[in-house]
Amino acid sequence: MIAPDAPRAQPEGLHRPHDTSPLIAVRELSKVYPTAKGERVQALSRISLDIAQGEFVSLVGPSGCGKTTVLRILAGLIADYTGNVSVSGKALHGPSREVGVVFQDANLMPWRTALANVLLPAEVLGLNRQAARARAQELLAMVGLEGFERKLPGELSGGMRQRVAIARALIHDPAVLLLDEPFGALDAMTRDTMNVELAAIAARSKKTVFLITHSIAEAVFLSDRVLVMSSRPGRIVEVIPVQLPKPRGLDIIADPHFAATVLRIRRLLDGDAASGLPSIAH
Amino acid sequence: MSPEARRRALGRQARLWFSRLWPPLGFGALVLGGWEAGARWGGLDPMILPAPGEIIEQLRAGFGSGIYQAHLGVTLLQAMFGFVIAILAGVGVGALISASPLVERTLNPFLIAFEAMPKIAMAPLVIVWFGYGIWSKVVLAAAIAFFPVLVSTILGLRACDPGRLDVLHSLGASRAQVFRLVRLPSALPFIFSGINVAVVFVLLGSIVGEFIGARAGLGTLILAANENLETARVFSILGLLAALGMLLHFGVTALRHRLLFWAGPQGGPPTA
Repeated sequence: MIAPDAPRAQPEGLHRPHDTSPLIAVRELSKVYPTAKGERVQALSRISLDIAQGEFVSLVGPSGCGKTTVLRILAGLIADYTGNVSVSGKALHGPSREVGVVFQDANLMPWRTALANVLLPAEVLGLNRQAARARAQELLAMVGLEGFERKLPGELSGGMRQRVAIARALIHDPAVLLLDEPFGALDAMTRDTMNVELAAIAARSKKTVFLITHSIAEAVFLSDRVLVMSSRPGRIVEVIPVQLPKPRGLDIIADPHFAATVLRIRRLLDGDAASGLPSIAH
Repeated sequence: MSPEARRRALGRQARLWFSRLWPPLGFGALVLGGWEAGARWGGLDPMILPAPGEIIEQLRAGFGSGIYQAHLGVTLLQAMFGFVIAILAGVGVGALISASPLVERTLNPFLIAFEAMPKIAMAPLVIVWFGYGIWSKVVLAAAIAFFPVLVSTILGLRACDPGRLDVLHSLGASRAQVFRLVRLPSALPFIFSGINVAVVFVLLGSIVGEFIGARAGLGTLILAANENLETARVFSILGLLAALGMLLHFGVTALRHRLLFWAGPQGGPPTA
C-alpha cells in the first residue's frame, strides 16, 4: 500500500467560501424517481454544491449513484426536483442559455456537416448567422478540426465527433460547460489525448466546467476540485481539492500528490478494501 | 496509375460485371429462346402464349401509332398524383399521430380497420364518387399507397435517438424546431422504406381503377386487347408496365440517394 504522503488537504465544507457569488449554486437538491411497481427511488438526497466562475469541478461516483441525474438537472432536462438550483444567480427551471452540454455520445446529426452541427444551437436560439458561422469556424479550429468543416459525422472518428460536440456546446458562448462522461466511449489512448485537449480548451475558453466521470484519474488530472458521490441515496460524501499546478501534462501521473489524491478518492469510493494501486483508466 | 495498371483494373471490372451479369442474362435468353421456339415449332397457341417476337412487334406498332405513349402518360400522371398525395398525407397524419397521444387514440381503431380492408374493393365506389376521369384513379392510388407511408412515418418518428433529442431539449428548442431539425430527418430512412412500397402501389391502384371504369390509360388498353383476344398486345403492355414500375423504383432510389447521402445504401439510420 502506498501511503498518501502528500499534505492532507484542509478539511473543507461542501460550500467553498468565495469572494464572488458562485456561478452554479445547488442547495438541498433531492430527486425521487417513481418505479414501475409504484415504489419511489431516492436518486439524489440533499445535494449541495457551489462552483465558482472559471473553476473546473468533477463529480465522481459509482455507476447508478445519480451523477448523471445531477447533470441532467443542470442541463434543464429534468424539471421536477426539490431544492434550489441556480446558474449565474438565476433560479434554474428548464434549459438555460448559460449552459452548454456535452453528452456521453456525441449525438451529432449525421445529415449535417461538422460545421452545420456546431451551428445547430445557433439556429435553435436564433443567433446572428454570420457571427455564428465565424465563431463556429474558430471553435472547430480550437478543438483541432480545422479543415474538417465539411465532413459528415460518419467520416469522422469517435474522438473527432466528440470534439465537434464540444465545439457545438460552446457556440452560444455559455458560462458553463457540462460534460457527462464525454470520453467514456473512446479507447484509452484517445481518451488521454482528449483529456489534455479538454484541459487546454477549458483554459483557453475560460469556461466554468462541470465534468461527470467515473474515472478518478481523469477527474484528478483535470479538476480544481473533485466531488465524490456515493449511491443509494446519491449524495456527496466528500470534496477533494486537487493541489497540483496548472497547466498539467500527462506526466503528472507520476507526481506523488496525483497518486495520493487518486488513492484517497478510490478509498472513499471503495472503502478500505481498495487496492492501493491507482489505475489509470478508473 | 500507369496505362498497364489501368488496363488491368478495367479488366478486373469487366470480369466482375460479367460474373454478376451472366446468370440473369443467360437465364433470360434461355427462357425467351425456348418460348420463341415453342411458339414457332412447338404448337403453342398464340392466343395463350404468343411468341416474344410477336410481342415486340406489338410494342413497336403501339409506340409507332402514338397510342401507347398517350395511355402511358395518363396512367403515369394518375400514379404520380396519387404518389404525391399518399406521401403528403402519410407523413402528415403520421406526424400528427406521433405528436399527440390523443390523436393517436382517436384515429387508431379507424386506421386499423381501414388498413385491414382491401382498398381495391373500394374501386367501384370511388369511380361512382369521382367519375371516369383521372381523379378516381388518383384517389384509389393514393388510398392504397397511403398506409405504407403512414406506418413507416410513425415507426421512424418513434425510433428517434433520445440522445439527439436531448441536444435539442437542452437548448430549449420548440416542438416545431425539434420536429424539423431532428425528428423528421431522423425518420427519413424509415419513411423511404414506406415510399418504396408506395411507388409500386400507386401503379396498382391506377391500373385497377382503369379496369373498373376509365376513358384512358394502360389498364383500358389491356381490357380492350383482351376482349379482342389480342394476347400479344396484352403481353406488350404488361412488359411496358414492368418497365414503368422499375423506372419509378429507380427514381425513388435516386431520390433516396440525394436526400439520404448520410445514411447507408439500405436499412436503418447510422448512429453518430
